[in-house]
Amino acid sequence: MSQEEVLIETKNLDKIYGTGEDSVLALKDINLEIRRGEFVCVLGPSGCGKSTLLKTIAGYIEATNGQCLMQGEEIEGPDWHRGVVFQSSTLYPWMSVKDNVEFGPRMRNLPEDEIKEIQEYFLEEVNLSGFGDKATFELSGGMKQRVALARVLANNPQVILMDEPFGALDALTRNDMQKLIHNIWKENNSTIFFITHDVDEALSLATRVVVMSKRPGRIIREFNVDFTDTLFDENTKFDDSSQRVEYEDEYFKVKNEILDIINNQV
Amino acid sequence: MDLENEDKVENNNSEAGTEKSKTEKVLTLSTWVVILGAWYIVTKLELFSPTLLPPPTEVVTAFFKLLKDGYNGIALWVHLGASFRRLFIALGLAIITAIPIGLLSGYVSKVKAIVDSVVEFYRPLPPLAYYTLLILWFGIDDKSKIILLFLAAFAPIYIACISAVRKINQDYILSAKSLGASQKKIFFKIVLPACLPEIFTGIRTAFGVAYTTLVSSEMIAATSGIGWMVLDASNFLKSEVIFIGIFIMGISGVLIDAGLRFIERKIVFWKGKV
Repeated sequence: MSQEEVLIETKNLDKIYGTGEDSVLALKDINLEIRRGEFVCVLGPSGCGKSTLLKTIAGYIEATNGQCLMQGEEIEGPDWHRGVVFQSSTLYPWMSVKDNVEFGPRMRNLPEDEIKEIQEYFLEEVNLSGFGDKATFELSGGMKQRVALARVLANNPQVILMDEPFGALDALTRNDMQKLIHNIWKENNSTIFFITHDVDEALSLATRVVVMSKRPGRIIREFNVDFTDTLFDENTKFDDSSQRVEYEDEYFKVKNEILDIINNQV
Repeated sequence: MDLENEDKVENNNSEAGTEKSKTEKVLTLSTWVVILGAWYIVTKLELFSPTLLPPPTEVVTAFFKLLKDGYNGIALWVHLGASFRRLFIALGLAIITAIPIGLLSGYVSKVKAIVDSVVEFYRPLPPLAYYTLLILWFGIDDKSKIILLFLAAFAPIYIACISAVRKINQDYILSAKSLGASQKKIFFKIVLPACLPEIFTGIRTAFGVAYTTLVSSEMIAATSGIGWMVLDASNFLKSEVIFIGIFIMGISGVLIDAGLRFIERKIVFWKGKV
């Protein structure tokens, strides 16, 4: 594994919701490192605490026990170094597409011409240049998520946290979005923490897949994988069919192993 | 990459759903034709004394006479102007005070603890109950009326603001924080606009309440205004003037509400589309 700098680190993280008899143990003893440049996918059944983990890293909620660090410093609340893409778009309907993308840089008081440059660059990157003056409610679900992504990218955050961002999209749009996010990750050397309950989505995007148990959420296993470049790089050519079979064998081996882990804990 | 082709820009037809169909328009129109026709026939047959129910023709003649000569020597528009002056000053004052206080109450529970019980106490009171007190304190001129209407209009806007803040999509605020917005900027850039749709509903309710209160207060104590004109006319059995007054109130109420809705559509253009 790469020896890149550790950006996010959780140490013995527990999260308990509520108190007394009604309390729910959502996360138990989470130890996780996210290194610069990684694409970490967290996979687990619904209600396993994946989102709780993301919210803790984002700084929206506080861990009950343990630590959540960013570059060695305790995370004390949300800030723009950790951008968040939600499952349903949280674009502000009173702002145009352009104003939504410009929101982050503007909040950070960047000079006006730089803001405009950033907005144009990232709308271009999510293939939406020319849509800047549209109202957000005029866009389809996939386009909204792309604007949400551009809005986060515009801040150039250290880590992008994504909570099942393509969960509400149809299969075709979702495929396009996966390709887009892969390309953006490559191009910008981003670090992405991505939550999903779709094994194929995790395997096709991640450099590391973290499998979580059902409640209380624990990390059961981590897989280092590298299918993503082969899948999305259009130049990939297999020399012969045996190589292709080998690649596919490997993919299904990991996939079955993950599915076994998830199914066995019911 | 060619994503544009797959994505379609969604058409927005939500507006069309509220539009009246042709049949509905005809039905609305016929209803009024029937009402006015029945009025005409009943007066033509002289079923009631014309002093109590004047024929439509007489009301129309009286209306033009009123336009020309005014009521009791005071022009009609002066009466209307007096009423609307009270109404709009009070409504404006209510808007500029109730919105910040209401939003703050929704945002900061300590502010709510101060203001809320007072509003909850006076809100269910019929405004005319404390109007008597206001007259004693501020006289029967405009001051007491404006304060009365202000109080009547304040509560609906204030309550709408609190409920709007409660209902804000929390992810709007979280995402703004993650984009680097400060608490103050979140309030002005996110909380305020997110609350605007409900604030407008509150303003329209406030207008309705203030308008009814206005007419009643003018009937209790005034020397001008459209409400006073109707009351005075009834004292002298000038029923055609009463009719004119009622029509003017009804039509101007509908027009002002239409104006408010027009402004609402311009400012809160995203309402119902998210």
